[in-house]
Amino acid sequence: MTEQQALYKYCLRMGDDALIHSYRLSEWCSNAPILEEDLALTNFALDMIGRAQAMLDYAGKTEGKGRTSDDLAYRRKEREFYNHLIVELPNGDFAYTMARILFVGVFEYYFFSELCHSADATLAAIAAKTVKEVKYHMTHAIDWTLRLGDGTDESNSRMQKAVNELWMYTGELFETDEAAAILEDKNIAVDMGMIRTKWKEDINRILTEAKLSLPDDGYNQTGGSNGVHTENLGHILSEMQYLQRAYPEAIW
Amino acid sequence: MVVSGHTKQDIFRMLSVINDPEIPVVTIFEMGMLRDVNITDKGYEVVITPTYSGCPAMGIIEQDIKMTLESKGVRPITVKLVYDPAWTTDWMSNTAKAKLKDYGIAPPVHSSCNNDVFKNNIIECPLCHSDDTVLMSRFGSTACKALYQCNHCKEPFEYFKCH
Repeated sequence: MTEQQALYKYCLRMGDDALIHSYRLSEWCSNAPILEEDLALTNFALDMIGRAQAMLDYAGKTEGKGRTSDDLAYRRKEREFYNHLIVELPNGDFAYTMARILFVGVFEYYFFSELCHSADATLAAIAAKTVKEVKYHMTHAIDWTLRLGDGTDESNSRMQKAVNELWMYTGELFETDEAAAILEDKNIAVDMGMIRTKWKEDINRILTEAKLSLPDDGYNQTGGSNGVHTENLGHILSEMQYLQRAYPEAIW
Repeated sequence: MVVSGHTKQDIFRMLSVINDPEIPVVTIFEMGMLRDVNITDKGYEVVITPTYSGCPAMGIIEQDIKMTLESKGVRPITVKLVYDPAWTTDWMSNTAKAKLKDYGIAPPVHSSCNNDVFKNNIIECPLCHSDDTVLMSRFGSTACKALYQCNHCKEPFEYFKCH
């Protein structure tokens, strides 16, 4: 794998995470429990669409075949998507959606804070923008985790169930694949080891404060980096890519 | 082709009339979204930056810039979107903040570099100027605003978040 191919894949992975998580959050539009949450979740989705656009745009430029962010979003097959599995899982209930934003949000906060120091100026610029936005996502998810965990028996049990079910998908966030390893040597990619420790400390502290227990580490589901997904991604793409597949070259 | 006739200052002056499509009382210059103008042999390049990554107004702003300049005979024009340095509410001019307040949107209260961004700050009601207000939602009609309500005059209002 050349450095150029590594950078292309690294950008795709970050772009796909943002795109697919955004898709899931958009599904809450008009379905959230209260209007304020409808606004919050769709605002997050919008931030993520912006990030996906910037990352996929840069991926296309890195690849050098003239593909735009739209080409990459709408014309790749399932096996060519590299997002982490956690973002493609169905929304579940509100607690499940919030637990996911918490796990992914705290991860992204540390990840993009580090990426701000990347030797690649474009990635550093996108990261600086992203970190400001992710702070809001993370803070909001922490508030809800505390509120639901330290709420009623019902809300506590739902939040705990969500945390338990998502736990096996969190390990993948800290994986380093070949592309990331190549770029880490060039000070372009983020060192995951350090982030993992910080993430675990934060999550432990937040869950404890929310009267929730930290699940035991066990088997971790993985595959996104190789394009091997849960059955959910295919369903997302069949809806998301419908228009461009039915009417190629259609423009707004 | 050699470009001539318009200086950087001319272009900035022409662009100073373009309003933020989401908040039409302030201009893109006052908001700090208009970053630079480069004049080269190839034409005029206007550099803009989004407030938030997903800001849906960027397409409209790009069109507005092109239409404004073309109507004054400035061409060819390209609009370049940059992310670095990341936009911050610290770039909003005092004029912009005053205009926001008159319009009914409470302007950002402190620097974006400050970690107090996430504390429940005292936000003055832009309508009756009472300090007795309460945060209803951190997110509002656009990504850059939060929803507040005034306990004194009971009116809801938007607050432009520090960013």
